[in-house]
Amino acid sequence: MNQTLPRWIDVGLLPLWNLLVALLVTGLVVLAIGQSPQQAFALLLQGALGSARGIGYTLYYATTFIFTGLAVAVAYQAGLFNIGGEGQATFGGLGVTLLALGLGSVLPAPLLLPLLVLAAAIFGMVWALVPAYLQAWRGSHIVITTIMFNFLASSLNVYLLVNWLRPGGNMSVESAVFADSARMPSLHSLAAICGWELPSSPANLSLLLALLICAFVYWFLWKSGAGYALRVVGSAPRAAHFAGINPRLQVLVAMGLSGALAGLAAINEVSGVQGKLTLDFVAGAGFTGIAVSLMGRSHPVGIILASLLFGMLYQGGVEVSFEMPGFSREMVVTAQGLIVLFAGAMASVSKPAFVWLYARTRTQEASGG
Amino acid sequence: MTTDFAVRLCNISKRFGAVQANDGVTLEVVPGAVHGLVGENGAGKSTLMAILYGYYQADSGHIEVAGRPVQIADSEQAIALGLGLVHQHFMLVDTLSCLDNVMLGAEPGFFLPTASRKTRQRLGLLMQETGLQVRLDVLVSELPVGELQRLEILKALYRGARILILDEPTAVLTPQETLQLFETLRRLKALGTTIILITHKLKEVMSLCDAVTVMRAGRVVKTCAIADTSPEDLAEAMVGRKVNLGRQQSNLALGEIRLSAQGLKLVNANAVTTLADVSLQLRAGEIVGLAGVSGNGQSELLEVLSGMLAPTQGRLQLGGSQFDANAWLDPASARDLKLAHVPEDRQACGMVMGFPAWETAALGYHEQTQLRTGRFGLSMNQPLMREQTAAMQQRFDVRPRDVELGSSKFSGGNQQKLILAREIAQSPTVLLVGQPTRGVDIGAIEFIHQQLRALRDAGCAVLLVSSELDEILTLADRVIVMNGGRITGELAIDECDETRLGLLMAAQADLPEQAQSAEAMPA
Repeated sequence: MNQTLPRWIDVGLLPLWNLLVALLVTGLVVLAIGQSPQQAFALLLQGALGSARGIGYTLYYATTFIFTGLAVAVAYQAGLFNIGGEGQATFGGLGVTLLALGLGSVLPAPLLLPLLVLAAAIFGMVWALVPAYLQAWRGSHIVITTIMFNFLASSLNVYLLVNWLRPGGNMSVESAVFADSARMPSLHSLAAICGWELPSSPANLSLLLALLICAFVYWFLWKSGAGYALRVVGSAPRAAHFAGINPRLQVLVAMGLSGALAGLAAINEVSGVQGKLTLDFVAGAGFTGIAVSLMGRSHPVGIILASLLFGMLYQGGVEVSFEMPGFSREMVVTAQGLIVLFAGAMASVSKPAFVWLYARTRTQEASGG
Repeated sequence: MTTDFAVRLCNISKRFGAVQANDGVTLEVVPGAVHGLVGENGAGKSTLMAILYGYYQADSGHIEVAGRPVQIADSEQAIALGLGLVHQHFMLVDTLSCLDNVMLGAEPGFFLPTASRKTRQRLGLLMQETGLQVRLDVLVSELPVGELQRLEILKALYRGARILILDEPTAVLTPQETLQLFETLRRLKALGTTIILITHKLKEVMSLCDAVTVMRAGRVVKTCAIADTSPEDLAEAMVGRKVNLGRQQSNLALGEIRLSAQGLKLVNANAVTTLADVSLQLRAGEIVGLAGVSGNGQSELLEVLSGMLAPTQGRLQLGGSQFDANAWLDPASARDLKLAHVPEDRQACGMVMGFPAWETAALGYHEQTQLRTGRFGLSMNQPLMREQTAAMQQRFDVRPRDVELGSSKFSGGNQQKLILAREIAQSPTVLLVGQPTRGVDIGAIEFIHQQLRALRDAGCAVLLVSSELDEILTLADRVIVMNGGRITGELAIDECDETRLGLLMAAQADLPEQAQSAEAMPA
C-alpha cells in the first residue's frame, strides 16, 4: 500500500489536525465538568499571548522545552529513547550552582556566564554518559537506566541541598543566592538598556542560547559527518556496521550530546530565573521534552514550534486556573496530557485517513482531468 | 473448444496510485494443466495472483472459476473455490509442528486432541495419494526448506485446493530438491490438479509447463503452448528486447593473490559452528563463485572476509596486511585496503532506507576527506555528494535519475545498481558480492553481470556468493561449493555441471533426510 503523503500534509496539516482533536476532546472534558470551553480557551490564549508579560512567560517556558526537546530528539535520531532529561537537567543545575557559588564573587558576568553554560552541558553530559556506557557495553536498556537515573539525580540533589549547599540558618531547602555575575540577564533588563520598556518576566538570554543551539543541532544532525554516522546508526544499525561505524561509540556521542542539551535547561531555570538551586526545579520539563520532540518530529524547527505550544499551555493554563473558579490546575494538566496523547503518542493514528483522502482526491483529479 | 477453463481472468485492470499494475490482463488456464506465468519484477504477476486470491479487488474485469463467474472478496472465499496459494516466503509458524500448521485455521472441531487425530488421518491419506512426505510431528523451525515447501503444498491441498498457485517455488531449493518438487507437481497434475507456476526461471517453465503467459509492464505480451516457444523467445518477450545472459570467457591470465584466508572457523553465539576450516584465495582477474544452498555458511564467510564479523580462528592476508582472529579486519580498514563489499541483504546493510539516494551513496565512505568540507572537515560536502550520486546513477543507469529520492523508493534492481555503483566507484582490488541479482529483473541482471565481468577484466578479484546456480555458472571462472560451513568442493568452471554442483551442495546435511523420505515414499 502506498503510505506516502506530500510533506505539507505530513508535517503541516497532520499535526494541526491532531492538535485540533486534542483541543476538541479537552473542550468536551471542560464541558463535562460544567464549565465553558469557549471561556477557558479564550482565557488560555489571552493569558499566554494577550500581554507582553504573558508572552514573556510563554517564552520562558518554551526555552526550557526547546532544550529538553532537543535532548530527546538527538538521542532519538540515534535510535535511543532518552527518558532521563529530568535527571540530566537536575545535574546540569548542580554544575551551574557549584560554579556560580564558587566563582560568582570572582569572575565578571561575560566570563562567568559562558563557563556556567559549559558547566551545565558537561554535568548533564556526564549524567547521560553513565546509562550510555551501560547500554553500549553492558546491554542495559537505556530507557530503564535513564528513568532510574532521574531518581538518583533527584535524591542526590536533595542530599546535597540539605547537607551541603544550604546556607546555615536557612530553613528552606535551597542554595545560597548567586552573585549577580552568575545570573543570565533577563530580556526586559536587556530591553531597558536599549531604551524599551518591557514588563518584567522570567524570559532571559537563555532563549537566544536555545535558538543558537537549535541551529547547531540542525547542522550537527544533517550537515556534519558525525551527525551522518549518528543517523545511520539510528535508522539502520546493520548498515552502520557494514559502513564501519562503531555503534557503541555512537551511543556515547548521541547520549553525551543529548545529556548536554538537557543539562542546558538548567541555565534557563537556575541561572536565568531562580538565581539559586532549588528542589525539583526541573518540574517535569524533562518529560515534557519527550512530548515536544514527538510532536516536533525530532526536528529543531518542529521542536521550536512545539515548545511554543507547550509554553502557551503552561502559561495560559496558569491564568485559566487563576481566573476560572472550579477550573483547577489539574484541568490544565489534563489538557496537556490530551495533547501529548493525540499529537505525540497517537501522532500517526489519523494518518491512514489522510492517505485515503489524499489518494481519493488524486484519483478524482486524474479521472476528472 | 467447449471445455470450461479451470480459471479464467478476463480483462483485469488494477491501478495503484500512478502505477497501472494490471492493464486488461486475460489469463486462461485449462483444467489439469501446468500454466507458467512469467515476467520481470513489477510486471504485474503478483498483483494478478493477489486479485485472484482475493487480496485485492480488480478495478475492472471479471473472474471465472470452473466456468462460473465469481466474486472473490477475500482469501477465505478463494480457498472455498478450490484455490490454493503457496507464497514464495513460507507462511508457517516456526514454533508449531507441521501437523498444527496444517490444522491452524482449519481445525475440524473445537477440541484439539480429536481435531488433530482427524487431521492426521486425512493428511496420512493425502500424503500417500500425492507422495508429498512431511514429518508431521517435527517443529517447522527444524525442517529443511524442501520439506517446508512440501508442507505448504500439503496445507493448500488439505484445504481442498484443486487449483494450486506456486509463487517462485524453487527460489530456495537445491537442484535436487527442485527436481523432487517437479516430480511431485507432475504427480499432482496426473491427479487432476491445475497448477499456475509463477517464476522467472525459464528453464523450469520449459521443463514443467504445458502453456505459458508472459507479462510485461502490466500487460500480457505473449500466451502460447510450451511446444511453440523457446527460452530465448520467452526472455525476449519478458524484457522486450534481445538479452544475452550467456557465458563470456575471461581471456585474462590470472594475476597475483589479492586475498588469502586460512583456516577460518566461526562459532556463533548459540555455540553452533557456522564456518569450519575454510581456506580460500582470490586472485586478480578472476570471479570465484561460491555456491551452496542458503544458510550453509556463505553469508558468514562474506561477513568475515569483509570485516563485519571476526572469526573464532583463522588468518587473513589482504593487500599486504596480515590479520588473525585476535586482531581481525574491520569494515573501515577493509575499505582502506581497497576491499569493497556488496552485501547480501542490500536493504538492511547496503543502504539506509530512510535516507535519500545521495546519502546512501556515501555509506561507508563518509569519512573520506574529499567528502568533507569546512575548516576542520566536520561538515559533509553535500553538493559533491549529490554530484557523485548523479554520476553513479548515470553510469549504472539507475532509474529514476533522482538523487533526492528516498532509497526505499527505488526498485530492487535499481537499489542494487546504486550499491554496485558506489562500491565500484572506489576502484576496488577485491570485490565481495552477495546475491547480486536477488529480486532483480532480467534487464538489470544482464547489466549487473556485464559490470562484474568488466571489473574482473580490469583486474579485480571478485568473490561471488549466489544461491542461483545459473548465475554462478554464467559468471564464475572457478567455483567453490559450501555445505554446513565447510568447503565441500572446488571446481574449475569447465568441470562444473548442475548435477555435480548439486551433489556437492547437498553433501552431508541432506543425506539422512533424503534416505528417510525415500524410505517413506510409497512404491
